[in-house]
Amino acid sequence: MDRLVPLFVVLPLAGAFLVPLLAKLWRGLTDITANLVGAVLVGLSVYGLVHLATGSPAVVYKMGGWMPPLGITLVYDSLSALVVLITNLVGFPALLFSVRYLDKFTGRWRYYTLFMLLLAGMNGVAISGDMFNMFVFIEIAAIASYALVAFGTEAEELEAGFKYMVMGEIGGLAILFSIAMLYAKTSTLNMADMSQVLARMGQTPWFWLVLGPMLVGFAIKMAMVPFHSWLPDAHLSAPAPVSAMLSGVFIKVLGVYAMVRVVFNVFGLARATAPAFFNMLVGFGLVSIIAGGLLAITQKNYKRLLAYSTVSQVGYILLGFGIGNHWAIVGALFHMLAHAVTKGLLFLASRSVERQTGSREIGTIGGLEKSMPITAWSYILGSMSLAGVPPFAGFFSKLFIILGAVAAKMYWVAILAALFSTVTLGYLLKVINSVFFSRKGVEPTPAKESPPMMLLAMVMLVVLAFAFGVGFKPVLDWVVRPAAEVLFSGLAYARMVLGG
Amino acid sequence: MIPFLVCVLLFLFGLYAIVVKRNLIKMIIGFCFMEYAVNLFFAFAGFKREALAPIITDPDMARNFVDPLPQALVLTAIVIGLATTALMLALAMRIYAKYKTFDITEIRRLKG
Repeated sequence: MDRLVPLFVVLPLAGAFLVPLLAKLWRGLTDITANLVGAVLVGLSVYGLVHLATGSPAVVYKMGGWMPPLGITLVYDSLSALVVLITNLVGFPALLFSVRYLDKFTGRWRYYTLFMLLLAGMNGVAISGDMFNMFVFIEIAAIASYALVAFGTEAEELEAGFKYMVMGEIGGLAILFSIAMLYAKTSTLNMADMSQVLARMGQTPWFWLVLGPMLVGFAIKMAMVPFHSWLPDAHLSAPAPVSAMLSGVFIKVLGVYAMVRVVFNVFGLARATAPAFFNMLVGFGLVSIIAGGLLAITQKNYKRLLAYSTVSQVGYILLGFGIGNHWAIVGALFHMLAHAVTKGLLFLASRSVERQTGSREIGTIGGLEKSMPITAWSYILGSMSLAGVPPFAGFFSKLFIILGAVAAKMYWVAILAALFSTVTLGYLLKVINSVFFSRKGVEPTPAKESPPMMLLAMVMLVVLAFAFGVGFKPVLDWVVRPAAEVLFSGLAYARMVLGG
Repeated sequence: MIPFLVCVLLFLFGLYAIVVKRNLIKMIIGFCFMEYAVNLFFAFAGFKREALAPIITDPDMARNFVDPLPQALVLTAIVIGLATTALMLALAMRIYAKYKTFDITEIRRLKG
């Protein structure tokens, strides 16, 4: 594994380079190359997990042989492993789905090139151990995603792409400004080294001044509620596999993961040392849950409904990190995994419906359960997982977050979280009832089932959502708990990287 | 402290342009302002008065060097800025072709 860590970035980058070249030979080669890269990345992330579970706690790769803190290090620890796994588990089905999805577009190789760059950027963010390097990967992923949102080049798509880009770039520049201030004060960019310098300085006003812009940047990337306005438009306009990636993975890797890595491991904050900060996270999490949930209920367009639902579900993840005890953080990390798989699935299934019926509005279609059974049941099972119906993955993640809230004696938070879990069920049932089941007086919309490639992608995600739920115990013990340990150990991260 | 304030001010100028201006091109110019503010701040961070370029010609020479790392970072940041500006301008061009205007208040087909 020690030599394989850079492959998480190198493989998709090589894919991005090869796809345009191979497109000149034969169009089908682009599909094969991109999907091959996706499949190999899934294999690598699973192999990496096995390696971490059986061997050393982390793999530290020194780029070019420069010892930290001088060179750029890639750090593949349990938390990175979890995030890389999420990225690639959703990335591969999204690529499979893209094969037939792209039939209506001409620029097939352009799409795959951008998609590969998106994967490279997100994997890079997850394994980077260097502040500036992380920023570069954030920008690679972000720029690819802006272009992908506007990929259809229709008026609405361009508008959504521009709007998203304006918000995203303000966030990116805020993060860069923070990194510049950090560098000016600590004279290092290596996260591990920086955390030791920061620990010697203590929580001065300057400390919070630097953290502020960075948190705003990450909040924009994760679509936390005051900054969420780009998300519904972007998710609505992007190609469906890209929506699945954006909603399932992008906002978690660039927003949530980057934030918790910086807050816990670089700035060394924990519930015990900075209660005000963590209460703020709880507050923003609750606001996101409530606002996202209520906005989702009112939507007529089922893709936009899913987008607002994402805002609400990211609120749960933030809430978990904000509560900050063992169960809550385990729950938040588990919810990252569960939500990525299920929301990816729901976006793919909605696209499947839209492709076969040509409508995005809830009231205009009905009774698809008979004509498109696999799509319909994928959507229904995905909704059950997202809403927290046992035995699916979403049930356990929400259960852990609520357990954490109870253990932290925040009873009203636990009650609100449980209550809005039923709101999730409510808006998803609205879609299921009107789109998939037939009602009296409404003719079932005539439709055929989607092509097998698309169905395969959806079934893969259903199986994952089910497997993570039924097998929650091994997932918890092998994947999620070690990742939570990395966050709890806080500044021990520095010793691990610099000592290793 | 003064360089820091100058950079913050420049950053806020850019943000002002993005938030207040209605023309897409002016918003993009606002982004350029913000990028330059950050790049300038990086350059200030590495500056030392009366220091030399970090090139060692004589092993015994006094080691009073400016910090070369921020300059390398600025180069990277400039390249990223180039990519974002180019993409943003390309989007603005395509938007103009569809909407026949650069006015952000008239580019509102998406609701919500």
